[in-house]
Amino acid sequence: MFGTILLLALRSIRRHVLRSFLTILGIVIGVGAVVTMVTLGKATTAAVQQQIAALGTNILQIRPGQGFGRGGGGPRPKDFDPADITAIEQQIAGVLAVAPQAQSTATAIYEGANWSTTINGTTSAYFQVQPWPLASGRLFTPAEEEAGKSVCIIGSTVERNLFRSAPALGRRFRIGEVSCDVIGTLTSRGQAGFGGDQDDVVIMPIKAVQRRFTGSTDIRMILVGVDEAYSTEQVQSALTNLLRERRRIGGSKEDDFNIFDTKQISETLTGTTTLLTRIVAAVAAISLVVGGIGIMNIMLVSVTERTREIGIRLAIGAVAREVLMQFLVESVVLSCLGGIIGLLLAQVAIAIATPLMQVPWTFDLQINLVAFLISGLIGIVFGYFPARRAASLNPIDALRHE
Amino acid sequence: MADPALISLRGITKVYGEDPTAFQALKGIDLDIEKGDFVAVMGPSGSGKSTMMNILGCLDVPSAGAFLFRGVHVENLDRDQRALLRRKYFGFVFQGFNLLARTSALENVELPLLYRGDAKAARRDAAMAALGKVGLADWHHHTPGELSGGQQQRVAIARAIVTNPEVLLADEPTGNLDTERSIEIMELLADLNRTSGVTILMVTHEPEMARFARTIVHFRDGLIDRVETGGAAVAAG
Repeated sequence: MFGTILLLALRSIRRHVLRSFLTILGIVIGVGAVVTMVTLGKATTAAVQQQIAALGTNILQIRPGQGFGRGGGGPRPKDFDPADITAIEQQIAGVLAVAPQAQSTATAIYEGANWSTTINGTTSAYFQVQPWPLASGRLFTPAEEEAGKSVCIIGSTVERNLFRSAPALGRRFRIGEVSCDVIGTLTSRGQAGFGGDQDDVVIMPIKAVQRRFTGSTDIRMILVGVDEAYSTEQVQSALTNLLRERRRIGGSKEDDFNIFDTKQISETLTGTTTLLTRIVAAVAAISLVVGGIGIMNIMLVSVTERTREIGIRLAIGAVAREVLMQFLVESVVLSCLGGIIGLLLAQVAIAIATPLMQVPWTFDLQINLVAFLISGLIGIVFGYFPARRAASLNPIDALRHE
Repeated sequence: MADPALISLRGITKVYGEDPTAFQALKGIDLDIEKGDFVAVMGPSGSGKSTMMNILGCLDVPSAGAFLFRGVHVENLDRDQRALLRRKYFGFVFQGFNLLARTSALENVELPLLYRGDAKAARRDAAMAALGKVGLADWHHHTPGELSGGQQQRVAIARAIVTNPEVLLADEPTGNLDTERSIEIMELLADLNRTSGVTILMVTHEPEMARFARTIVHFRDGLIDRVETGGAAVAAG
């Protein structure tokens, strides 16, 4: 019996191709929008998490100042000094590695090419704190670090722009006033969600940067790698106490430095993108409901328009339930068809949008299934009322209908 | 009276509307129709013949009275039971053909079989046979829009007889056709009545078409005015 009703519904849809298409347009757009939005939202969240994971987990970032948006007036808080690094290494439990950082910018020149980039002075500890594999070459030796030799490890953006296709390892180039040997090249980390291109960097021993570029022993930032056995909160509060003491900050005064936990940043950003995903998905879901109302409208018009046809079916011997089922199945088949087309369009939209948004392409089976089931459900809910109206027609009146 | 009549009406009345404006379309009809008869129902507009046909076709129920079809009291059946009765025993031919638009003749004819739940091959064979009986086997893939009025009515007749019904109800089957086509349709109906023994009940305005029937029932003001029997006008014509 169901096969017959399905056949009747399919024949009826085939007879009214244009109307059927218009009926499902709303569902196509609704399903397409929901799936696209949710998938892109999830991809963005995943990309943010991936980038933060690439920064390394269990890392504390210490900078002078009071963090974002605060610290208005007053003198600029002083930078850290090498003694702070030693103190942290020696006095805080649960610290795996401490990497000081001093930054500058300069133009790098090699043969005809020049490229303006960031110079990051640090130590080998930098690579212990966070996972950032070398593509070739080696890290600094303790002797190079101690002497502040002008050797460097370059990011892939610098490598590409300065050396073109030539192998960079072992070459000597000029950066600012300094000649520098390339001892290592880094793998690409890609775009950071915040802070631009992480690969556009030249890493040198901190002493070299301090002596040749910044002209002081000041340290702008400290990265602290935390042992997984310790909680970052615990280490963070020990660091706060130590630095307050070393910087002579009295009892009630606020810190003149701040400590970021990458895990916290990760949670905040993930929370934000998840919330945004939910908001856009909710807006898209409203369009799905509007699509359902569209189906109901056109099905109601269709029932009126097909009154005579319904009369014929009833006269021939269709029982009310069969007419109801036929219209209901028509509506469900249409909305599922709309759902499928919407899913396909969503895949196209996602394939186009992901490279533009620089997020990885993903296929989320769950949201596709859910969206498809919802489209079927909409067919049932919004098709029921028109179907019941069709089934309740009186055959004599229906046959007389012009 | 060894065999009871196929259709038996006793004191059938039909009232439309409520008391102050009530209109009595049928005022007490008694009629027996034997199996295999060819009955023409005639009468002026408003004489109650359409109401009568709706009741005979189990599309409507009388306000009072008894309608026995094969011994079953149709007036006591509910909507779906009457639908199942129509599906099994009745075929309908309408003045306006009432074929499904944009649907091939074959699919139109097999529609009643779909509701019966027949298998695909059986449906197709029966529909082709029915189209053959009305002389349109070669037109099975044409849609109503591609067929003339006479051909459309033939498709409608094929749809009505495809289930081998007991009764074929025809409501002014020639009302939309010219005389030549009308006579062709009437000859077809008379032929079906003779060869397959289907009982035909037909409403018509035209005495010329009523001639083909064996029995002619004249309606006037909701009552049967007179019945001409044994006309066998076909033989005379």
